[in-house]
Amino acid sequence: MSADASNELRLVWVYPDLLSTYGDQGNVIMLARRAELRGIATTVVSVRSDQPVPTGGDVYLLGGGEDRPQVLAARRLRADGGLSRAAEAGAVLFGVCAGYQLMGEEFAGDEGQRVAGLGLLDVRSERGERRAVGEIATRLVPDIAGEIVEYQAPAAATRSLTGFENHQGLTHRGPGVRPLAHTLTGIGNGDGTDGAYHDHFIGTYLHGPVLARNPALADHLLTLAVGHSLPPVASWADRLHQERLNAVLGRADHHLARHKPSVMSPQR
Amino acid sequence: MAGRDGSVIGGRVALALAPGLLTELTAGRRVVVVSATNGKTTTTRLISAALRDQGGAATNAYGANMPAGHAAALVDDIRAEYAVLECDEKYLPATLEQTRPGVAVLMNLSRDQMDRAAELRLLAGRWREALARSGVHAVANCDDPLVVWAASSAASVTWIACGQYWREDSWSCPRCGGPVDRPVRDEHVEGVREPSPGTWSPDGAGWACRECGFARPEPQWRLDGDRVIAPDGGSHELSLGLPGRANRSNAAIALAVCARLGLALEPALARFAEITSVAGRYLTVEDGRWSMRLLLAKNPAGWLEAFDVLRPAPSPVALSINARGPDGADTSWLWDVDYRALRGRPVYALGERRLDLAVRLEAAGVDFEVVENTGDLPSDRIDVIANYTAFQEIRRYVG
Repeated sequence: MSADASNELRLVWVYPDLLSTYGDQGNVIMLARRAELRGIATTVVSVRSDQPVPTGGDVYLLGGGEDRPQVLAARRLRADGGLSRAAEAGAVLFGVCAGYQLMGEEFAGDEGQRVAGLGLLDVRSERGERRAVGEIATRLVPDIAGEIVEYQAPAAATRSLTGFENHQGLTHRGPGVRPLAHTLTGIGNGDGTDGAYHDHFIGTYLHGPVLARNPALADHLLTLAVGHSLPPVASWADRLHQERLNAVLGRADHHLARHKPSVMSPQR
Repeated sequence: MAGRDGSVIGGRVALALAPGLLTELTAGRRVVVVSATNGKTTTTRLISAALRDQGGAATNAYGANMPAGHAAALVDDIRAEYAVLECDEKYLPATLEQTRPGVAVLMNLSRDQMDRAAELRLLAGRWREALARSGVHAVANCDDPLVVWAASSAASVTWIACGQYWREDSWSCPRCGGPVDRPVRDEHVEGVREPSPGTWSPDGAGWACRECGFARPEPQWRLDGDRVIAPDGGSHELSLGLPGRANRSNAAIALAVCARLGLALEPALARFAEITSVAGRYLTVEDGRWSMRLLLAKNPAGWLEAFDVLRPAPSPVALSINARGPDGADTSWLWDVDYRALRGRPVYALGERRLDLAVRLEAAGVDFEVVENTGDLPSDRIDVIANYTAFQEIRRYVG
């Protein structure tokens, strides 16, 4: 799946005017940054909900949103059709929270009504009894974890994800998907798992933003998009990942020593 | 959250014993209620300062902005003819009902503590219903679509154009969900294209829903740089002791409220000018060891406002983030803030969530140093931006 003749990685941020409630810009920035650290030229296009979704992207990101914007987003994405065409053409799709739900077959709208999703993931979401709010940690299912560990340097290798969840969804998986992870703490899908994936479509309830807290997952998406493994890069995100896991799973507090500024060339 | 002393607890006890207490305590008084996501403490302070020449006002000066704080403030100054009450956004409907204000001041609504706040449009909807029931006169910012939708149900409204710096919560029409058009389209993704400069202008910042036609009302008052233009065309210069454009907005709306209350404007402006810090915010601590200025910022809109008042580079800045109860447990909003404004100066990240800041700053291409303690900061002329409990910690540390 990859890239056109220009060899540029094209990231498409879908509907930030409706689906950007939980710092979702962070997922876009992290992907772009980690690609560029590997020398992969990257462009980011943000597509407002009144614009057509371009079909030539390599990775599409759908963020979190409130109930009504989520319903509007589903309606406009279905009417537009661009995202579904890009998905058929092999693009990587990554959805968080509301974005995850609307990649599925259906979800509950602002008045509890059933709303048709994009049908890219075999999941159905309904409204649960209680809102799930708080830190969440999960352990990736072996298939995905194996892929991640394969191309991560051992020190950065991880099978766990950390994030924050804030939703009232219960998500039921059909036979066409696998769960992304099992919950260690928190609610996720509501049945001891979180998220779902099929092929190059991945959804999760974790924000935080999830790719800032889990650089290995960011690299997994990039690897799917470029079709080959990537050399490891060191980043503060590795430390944040460990610190959050320690904090949430109740391990001894990670010691934070005084650090000199890391030498970084400013992002363009 | 907590008052200066035990008075908020006293207020809570009193309210439990006498649920109608707020109605009794405000009976016969002229009440102004001030609500917003950002700027409500400062605006409350400005209005009550202007009322000092009228015998003063009962006011919750220390940010205790829920009913117990209101009760404590009203009891504290039982004889004042006026009451100016800062009101938490969630409590506006109840406060309108119980205190029957003459004026409701409505400034801005933006994302804040998402882990426990209601969705913004739901909140604005509750404001809208309560304002319709109350018969109150609203003085409201016409540059914020959510505020306009809420306030336009009030019996009468004075519209004031005092700007909207944070727009990421108002791309979608609060009435119908359609796209809101603006004269200048902001860029969403940082570092990808250059951000459009000068996207904020206090006037001429029209907006309209493309689908239902819901649009910015014509303002009677407007903020123009550091001048406030009154409905009669009179131009009033703000010479504030408080820095930044957000405080000019606060002062502009406070001035319109003063006019509504029948106060002379020039003496009110003179009172505004005397204020140089509000509940420790904007305070410069100098004690031989430290020269540190403290800025409170709790949400993305607040951080934009704080960046606006920083001393110019290469003056150093420290950022401190906690995620305890009053701060909200979710730090993801850090990614809504554009930190590139901090490039080219020493930047220090501290607080319990300093690693979240580190990842954010690294991604924005800002050089920084992570420090563990306030004592590790350089002590000379540093600006500190902190969220709620981090701010209180630093205040205690520097005394």
